[in-house]
Formats: sequence, C-alpha cells, structure tokens
Amino acid sequence: MPLMRHSNEVREMAGELGKYKLCVSARSADKAILKKAQDGGIVTQLFKFALEEGIIDGAIVAGPGDEPWRPRPFIATTVEELMSSSGTKYNISPQVSWIKEATRSFGLDKIGIVGTPCQMQAVRKGQLYPVGLRDVPDKIKLAIGIFCMENFSYQSVKQLVEDHAAMKMEAVKKMEIGKGKFWVYGQRGQVVQLPLKVTHKYEQPGCHVCLDYVANLADVSTGSVGSPDGWSTVFVRTRNGDDIWSKAIAAGCFETKPIEQVKPGLELVTKLATEKITKNQKTVEERAKFGVNKGLRNPYLGPK
Amino acid sequence: MGLLSRIFGKKSASPEPKAKPAAGADVEKKAETIKKEEKPVADKITVGHVHMSGCTGCLVSLADNYGGLLTILDKYADLVYGLTLADVRHIPKMDVALVEGSVCIQDKLSVHEIKEAREKAAVVVAVGGCACYGNITRFGRGGQPNQPQHESYLPIGDLIKVDVYIPGCAPTPQLIRNVCVMAYLLLKGNKDQQELAKKYLTPLMQLADRGTEACGCDLMYDVVNQGLCMGCGSCAAACPVRAITHEYGKPNVNREMCIKCGACYAQCPRSFFNFDVIPEFEGIMDAIDAALK
Repeated sequence: MPLMRHSNEVREMAGELGKYKLCVSARSADKAILKKAQDGGIVTQLFKFALEEGIIDGAIVAGPGDEPWRPRPFIATTVEELMSSSGTKYNISPQVSWIKEATRSFGLDKIGIVGTPCQMQAVRKGQLYPVGLRDVPDKIKLAIGIFCMENFSYQSVKQLVEDHAAMKMEAVKKMEIGKGKFWVYGQRGQVVQLPLKVTHKYEQPGCHVCLDYVANLADVSTGSVGSPDGWSTVFVRTRNGDDIWSKAIAAGCFETKPIEQVKPGLELVTKLATEKITKNQKTVEERAKFGVNKGLRNPYLGPK
Repeated sequence: MGLLSRIFGKKSASPEPKAKPAAGADVEKKAETIKKEEKPVADKITVGHVHMSGCTGCLVSLADNYGGLLTILDKYADLVYGLTLADVRHIPKMDVALVEGSVCIQDKLSVHEIKEAREKAAVVVAVGGCACYGNITRFGRGGQPNQPQHESYLPIGDLIKVDVYIPGCAPTPQLIRNVCVMAYLLLKGNKDQQELAKKYLTPLMQLADRGTEACGCDLMYDVVNQGLCMGCGSCAAACPVRAITHEYGKPNVNREMCIKCGACYAQCPRSFFNFDVIPEFEGIMDAIDAALK
C-alpha cells in the first residue's frame, strides 16, 4: 500500500477502502461539538457547516428515541437539533425510512443524511433505481457514512448493557467499541468493558453479508479507526463530497493531520476492512449451501 | 419527434419570417419544416405506451419528467403508439412497449392487445405495480358499472413473457427515465454503453423473471426470514401508502394497507444490490443528466 497520498488524485483501492480523493485524520475546531462527540465530531461539524452555508436544508440524523439509547431517524434543521443527536448509539436507526418524507412533510429540497455503509448503499441504490423514491434522487446533497463492523438491535444492546455490564440503560453516558472491547461508561464514572467475544452473538444477522466497512459509497465517510483518541479518520470520496469538504476546511471547521503521520493510521483501517469483508464474503458463500442442496438468498446475484 | 424539434430547435430562427409577410417565402418555410418532420431520425428507438387496466398514473409519471421527456422524445425515442398521445389505432411494430395496467381477462380487446404488444415489440416493459404484480387491481372483484362482469385482473406476466419490470405505484419519473435512457443505449449505443445498459437493466429483468406476485410480505419472506435485513428503512421510504413502519429496526407491514405494488422489495438493498453498477453511481448519474440536457 502506498503511503503518500495527494489530495486531488482519486485512489482506486482494490475494494476494501473504496474510491477516495483524500484521506486525513481530523477533528472539529468547535470545542462545544468535541465535548459531546463520539470522536472527532466530524458528522456534527460537517452538517453544521452545510446547514449554515445552505448546502443542505436539513439532515436525517439518529436522534433520541422513546427509550434511553434507542435512536430514531430525526430530521435536524437547526444546529441545536444536530447537537442533540451527536454520538454513536450502537443500535439500528432506519435512517433511509425518512428520505422521502424529508422531501414531503418537511419540504426539504437539499437533504443531508448520515448512516452506516449499508444505509449509504441503500441511498445510492435509491438514486440509481428509485423504485419508490419519486423526486428524491437529485435532492440528496450530502451523504455522510460512518465506519461499521456490525450493528445491534436495541434489544441486543440492552442485553449487553443490562445483563452483561450490569448497568441500567438510562445510567449510561457513552458506549464505544475500540481496542478490541465494548466499553460502557456510566454517568457516575464507572467503566465496564466486555470482550468482543461476548458481543458477537448479539450482532444483527443481516450485517454478516455486508461487504463494506468504511462506507465506500458515501460522499464523505468517517470513523475512529486509524486515528488517535479524540480524532477521526475521514475519507473524502465523491466530487460533491470534495467540494463541501474543501469549503469546510477553508472556513476553518476542522483541524487536520495527514493520515500518514498519525498512529495507528490507514494500516489498521485496511486490516479491519479486509477482515470484515473476507469474513462476510465467506458467509455469503456458505449461505449458498446452507441446506441440503438448498441455499439461502444472495442479494448480490439478484432479487430472486 | 419532428414536432418537438420544430418547437424547440427552430424557436430562435422563427421571428424573421414573421416580420416579413412575403407569402412565397412563408410557404417555402412551411414546406421545409414539414419535410423535416417526415424525415425519420435513423438512430432513434421506437416506443409505444400500451394502456391496459390502470389509472394512467404511470403515464403521468412518464410525463412528469417534463423537459427530460421532451429530450427523450427529441433525441432517443419516437413515440409510435399511445393513448391520446399518438394518433395510431393499432399496435405497430416497435422496439420497446411500455405497458401500463393489468389485463382484464373478461375484456377480449385487452387480452388481444397484450398479446399483440408482445408480438410487435422487441422489448416489453411492465411499467408500474399493476402491470408487474396486479397492484390495486388484485382487489377487483367485478360489479362495477357499466361492465360488472369485468372481475378478473392479471399482471401482464401471467399472459405474456415480460422483459423488464418497473414496479411501484406510481413508478417514479426518474426510474422510468433511467430505463428509457438505458433501453436506448442497449439498442443504439456503442459497445461500452451497451455493456452498461445491460448491467443496469439486469436486476429489473430478474425481477420480471421472479414472478407476478408481490406484497409487503416479501420483506418477511425474502429479506428478514432469509437473515438479510439490516434495518436501513428503504422499504418504508418506498411504500406509497405508508403501510410500513420500523419496530426496533425491522420493517412492520400493515398488510391491510398494502396495495401489492412491489416497491418495498424492489427498493430494498437486500433484494438486489449489483456491485457492478451501483458503486458507479456518480458516473452513471452524470451520464444520465448529460443525456437529458
């Protein structure tokens, strides 16, 4: 893997990291955002910039839902609403379910959306094959993807937090997956770590056929892996993403460091991406011979 | 269409003859334009809109491409058949038949016409939920004036072989547009364009192969039951009647409300996701935009 990267050159990686024009380590320049952020506050900061500049009218984010730590898709049209949705929830928020509603009930002409790699795939499929997304394809103005190894159902996270970590959901201040562990931080300062071996069986089954780790189809994708604590790794992928990112940089929204100069750097991102994709590719193949001369569906071969 | 090029292409050149009311020149000009209209544009494809039992919503969707539709008709396709749009009585030979609506099997003319469409068209596209899956007409049981005996409605795929599906109620202007552009590239494009069009249309052809039944239940049978759902929400976004909500990240279909249009399953990234097409979204969208300029 070449370590030198130049900003205006599209890197066609063999697949695992997707196409990108630029990769940096970054964090928001806004202290208030960093205080609430999961890592470098990239998503909140970039949406805030896009909202203030009129690049988007609103963003579909994972806002607070009916139960503690249960997210729901939420259309943020103000900076305050954005701020209330920051942080990773580690369970499913069906972001794409609001993408048409955003253009209808909310009257958005320029939509931002943040989501996992599979949700970015859904957005792009929706743009090329808009079966039920009338007039939506050209209204998606900023799609931010987040790195994702797998997701959990709400009930799974609840089971991990309450049964394994012995903490109440409402008492949790932050959840995090990093350094090979699932971390649960309590409001009173207590910290519980669970080995990922424990969390694996609770993963959402649909994640096991996913062949994307770093949201290859987003305009900009980001995640903690590869960067030091408090920073995020950022891939700028599309022409549109590049345009918005450069404007945000010019406006002083982010502090950045070349990805080659941070530890653990792209090497770890590539390693994890390869691991995920290899493992899941194997799952896809095994599904084909799951029964006796009968298999399970493979969505990558067609709708049959 | 000659008419359209006359409207759009010649607009800037027209004021001059109006200012000069020289009768001879005017007639000459008229003759010239008529001549142009008769001259076929060699590399256009021929398209017809065949109307079965449907609400014309699919046709309205096609029309809702506005300027894009005019460009399609100007550059890529001649409309050779279409209720109210083309003054043609019988289904002519054509490259692509866009069929809207299901077939009422008690209506002899409909049965005859759908068979004729299959004979005359190289490619038959089922446009919209009714043609693909029966959609709302699945609930028809007859008894309506003035033909109360018209009670059985079948998706066209139950009577003829269908090549491409565009599900949804109504199908979106953008998907109809994309399929039109791709159909043109497939039939008239260079090698690369044909390759792309083939790849793009493949899943829609596979949907046509998959069958003539659709329901919100497909999300259960073919996605959730198969261990494929990851809770993105595409199905709920696609549903035209808001029959789908998400409970803890998985679709919950209100089956009483489902009209069986097939949009949810077709929109699901886990029904089909073609890695040889979708990751190229930026280039393909640019190409389609450029084609319609």
